[in-house]
Amino acid sequence: MNLAEGVQYISFLILAFLVIGAALGVVLLSNIVYSAFLLGGVFLSISGIYILLNADFVAAAQVLVYVGAVSVLILFAIMLVNKREDFSKIPGRWLRNLSTALVCAGIFALLSTMVLITPWQINETGPFVENTLVTIGKHFFSDYLLPFELASVLLLMAMVGAIILARRDLIPELSQEDKTSTALTLPERPRELTSASK
Amino acid sequence: MQLQYCLILAAALFCIGIYGLITSRNAVRVLMSIELLLNAVNLNLMGFSNYLDPSNIRGQVFAIFVITIAAAEAAVGLAIVLAIYRNRETTDMEQFNLLKW
Repeated sequence: MNLAEGVQYISFLILAFLVIGAALGVVLLSNIVYSAFLLGGVFLSISGIYILLNADFVAAAQVLVYVGAVSVLILFAIMLVNKREDFSKIPGRWLRNLSTALVCAGIFALLSTMVLITPWQINETGPFVENTLVTIGKHFFSDYLLPFELASVLLLMAMVGAIILARRDLIPELSQEDKTSTALTLPERPRELTSASK
Repeated sequence: MQLQYCLILAAALFCIGIYGLITSRNAVRVLMSIELLLNAVNLNLMGFSNYLDPSNIRGQVFAIFVITIAAAEAAVGLAIVLAIYRNRETTDMEQFNLLKW
């Protein structure tokens, strides 16, 4: 990345501010639709940080997979589960939240002191990769070939499993008994409704 | 811009993700917090790959694997949430006692 040091620093600062603010919004906002959109903002800002870290291919993959697929999937799930429910109050819940926040702040303090006191052997002189896509492709097809193939098998398994888990059971006799229903209704019902009607 | 800033940002994102994972009551928000955790890990991998291993970028390869696993996890997790919602009519994490012994 041939940007000036100051430009890099300022853009990293802005992106870090965006990431932290949007992540806090994801966790703390009460409306979950706002949280889902802010999650897309977090993913976009993180892909900007990847570009600052000389990782152009992974930044593009982040935008395609996270912003394009995972955010849309989460929005679909929110809309399919869209029942506004007021969660029942649990006594002493603020104590739980407070203790969790304290533990998380402690973990953050521990991690940041560890990062700051460790003498990292930063390798600034090594030959930098010009074309990251070619290098990643060489890694994929030479020394990381088995994980690459396993990832494709895992994606297939996850797709089949998600379809089997989320599908509804078809009930063919329902479409025969009421022919008066409109064409837009699907001939299927969830299983608990059919068991209740029997 | 140094390695330390990148790692501290990743640590902050990780802690926010853990807080959301433990305290949120909506099941979909728990999955979103898991995505935040995985992104923090990816940020760490990217920082190490850029500053400690710039000649052969193994961190980016690992980050692509993490992105793949995260996509599969999101699909299966949301399908499980949908299936539980269809049976229980709620997304409250406090009322999921399916796996009690």
